[in-house]
Amino acid sequence: MNKKKQTVVKIVRGVADEEPYEEEFEVPYESGASILDALTWIRSHKDSSVAFRYSCVNANACKECMIVVDGKVTYACTARLNENGVTVGPLKNKRLIRDLVTDIVPPKERLFSIDQT
Amino acid sequence: MIRVSTDILVVGAGGAGMYAAVSAARAGANVILADKSLISRGGATIMAQMTVAAAVGQHEPDHWTHHLSDTLEAGHGLCNEKLAKILCEEAPLRIMEMEDWKVGWAREINGRMCQVMAPGHKVHRCVYADFLNTGPAVARALRGEVAQNDRISRASGLNVVDVVVHDGRAVGAIAIDVESSEVILIDAGAVILAAGGLTRLYRRNSASVNMVGEAYSMALRAGAELIDMEFVQFFPIGHLAPRMVGMDPIMWDPFRYKLGGRLLNGNFEEFIQNYGGTDEGVYTARRDLASYAIYKEKEAGRASPHGGAWLSFQHIPEETLKEAFGPVIKSLAKNNIDLTKQSVEVSPIAHYHMGGIRVDEKMKTRVPGLYAAGEAVGGANGATRLSGNAIPEAFVFGERAGRYAAAEVIKADRGEVTEKDAKMLLDEVHSHLKNNLSPSSGAAGLMHELQGVMENHIGLIRTGPKMEKGLSRIREMIVDDLAHIQIPDKGPFNQAMQDWLEMRNALQCAEAVALAATNRPESRGAHQREDIPNANPDLEKNQVLRLNNGSLQTKWANVVKTNWKLEEKVLAEV
Ligand SMILES: Cc1cc2nc3c(=O)[nH]c(=O)nc-3n(C[C@H](O)[C@H](O)[C@H](O)COP(=O)(O)OP(=O)(O)OC[C@H]3O[C@@H](n4cnc5c(N)ncnc54)[C@H](O)[C@@H]3O)c2cc1C
Ligand code: FES
Repeated sequence: MNKKKQTVVKIVRGVADEEPYEEEFEVPYESGASILDALTWIRSHKDSSVAFRYSCVNANACKECMIVVDGKVTYACTARLNENGVTVGPLKNKRLIRDLVTDIVPPKERLFSIDQT
Repeated sequence: MIRVSTDILVVGAGGAGMYAAVSAARAGANVILADKSLISRGGATIMAQMTVAAAVGQHEPDHWTHHLSDTLEAGHGLCNEKLAKILCEEAPLRIMEMEDWKVGWAREINGRMCQVMAPGHKVHRCVYADFLNTGPAVARALRGEVAQNDRISRASGLNVVDVVVHDGRAVGAIAIDVESSEVILIDAGAVILAAGGLTRLYRRNSASVNMVGEAYSMALRAGAELIDMEFVQFFPIGHLAPRMVGMDPIMWDPFRYKLGGRLLNGNFEEFIQNYGGTDEGVYTARRDLASYAIYKEKEAGRASPHGGAWLSFQHIPEETLKEAFGPVIKSLAKNNIDLTKQSVEVSPIAHYHMGGIRVDEKMKTRVPGLYAAGEAVGGANGATRLSGNAIPEAFVFGERAGRYAAAEVIKADRGEVTEKDAKMLLDEVHSHLKNNLSPSSGAAGLMHELQGVMENHIGLIRTGPKMEKGLSRIREMIVDDLAHIQIPDKGPFNQAMQDWLEMRNALQCAEAVALAATNRPESRGAHQREDIPNANPDLEKNQVLRLNNGSLQTKWANVVKTNWKLEEKVLAEV
């Protein structure tokens, strides 16, 4: 077997009110793979604390995985990894929660806006 | 700790949970509808693509008793006939109600609903929304109904971790707010577990990330029983290669229903006929047979390059493809796939769980106040499920669970969840929290390993020694690995903590599947053993699991039968 190709994913990490920092991860590269493939690989092989949202993995149905990839807003599950490396960060127009997770929950789907009675 | 109270807590907001919430609310109950992901988005429902089986008799004459007959045949003797009957009899009601809620089922030019043929059904019975859009369409319709209802409080990002039982009765649940990591005590007159299936426990799966069998594990710990846990359905032609994004791995089935397709081995030869099936370019082979045949061809060294089989549509003209699947053909083009010029590789993929929580016709478990609905429920589909039966199961059982839970709650006295109830779990979680941890793969890494164990040892084709090895590794993972995982003590959105909580359920559920599988010395439906290839008539029984002092116990139970007879098929008026 020849050695598997690698590429680099740079993740903009941090929580609200703190200075964000960039962290680099080397990940396996397979042609056609998605950014989400790389992110889930990082969690299950390197650092499980990296936070991002997703549910449906492949179907592009849940629309929970929206992030910024190389400056463009896109879905992590449909944007492709590339051989030269990518930088991923959280959506800029939403409140940051942690790492790639932003507040995308519709306000009426929050228990506490409703149940303060 | 924050406390909230409600008449009914619904855990999981897929098709079953949303339907349960709507039906409980219309019976007068107040509902909290909780999902660890976002309402309507986190599970299998929004991912479903096509077939919804219901004997609405729009395309050709049909009657629900014929749907039942097909369902029981697929179930290989193990269907709970009362549940299967409810599923088939009430599916048309729910499908028509969903039409009122503007799902937009596909219609023919004459105004009748389109109904397609699917494997195992003897008539054109499956309704759908175009194009491959059934899941999003039903999710949208139900989300709308839920949103309009003042009695329903939606709670996205609420991870329910345990049902609380006092004096043998469910009184609510403990939950953790995913975003803030805060603990929430929920008092409820009744709890409905609608948290979906378990197929993400397998390496190759069609699941969403939230489908690791949490409902089953919560039910066990609450004192309820599970049934038929050994029966995991593999979908034969899950996409394998080339890597494709933005498309569901099970998308090839509707292609085959609508257009036919050829299944070929690595040498580009048809092979289903060597295993007792017929193919000839049209989809007729049953799911279990197709999966088995693909597996065997691989074993014989005749796999496609990535270890599966070829699926070819090259004999179908481009125009026909475009007409049948318009936008989908464009998405394929974005993935550099041109079906007129190339075949794709497919192989079996874990897709649905027949087993689940044991309930009666009111969707009640043996624990008063605890109900279940949807894929979380076991019994209706027996040893294999007909394609198209899962979405109606979610609707029909959801509607019932909500209705009956509401009726009970309105009479019942309430208990109250106490801080003490949460203490044991929280102490355990806190014992894993550490400051300044160096990065590790933690529970996410353990999940990756578990998926391999399930795939290789408790997978599509099983043997006694393989299963025993799998079961013992799973038990080790519970006592050694999970117990020693450290979680970084971080505030908001503590992903590693959520993973640990999820893994606690995943391992318990995996143990239940592995144990039930190891215990069944025969091949039946989705439980296929290479070392015992035949069914044993004496084992036409359900296996029931229960937790006793922390360890799983199994017993055999007679299959529930009921009286029914085939009625004459009729064509619906339009
Ligand atoms: C890709 C795919 C295609 C399919 N296609 C078809 C088809 O064409 N026809 C058909 O009949 N069936 C199909 N099925 C099966 C069918 O979709 C499911 O069986 C059905 O949708 C299950 O509905 P549900 O409401 O029980 O569960 P789900 O829709 O899975 O919902 C469960 C919800 O529970 C939530 N949850 C889980 N754990 C917790 C927790 N601890 N706390 C809070 N919330 C939690 C999840 O986030 C999720 O939102 C398909 C399945 C898949 C995966
Ligand atoms: S993971 Fe669901 S849309 Fe990307």
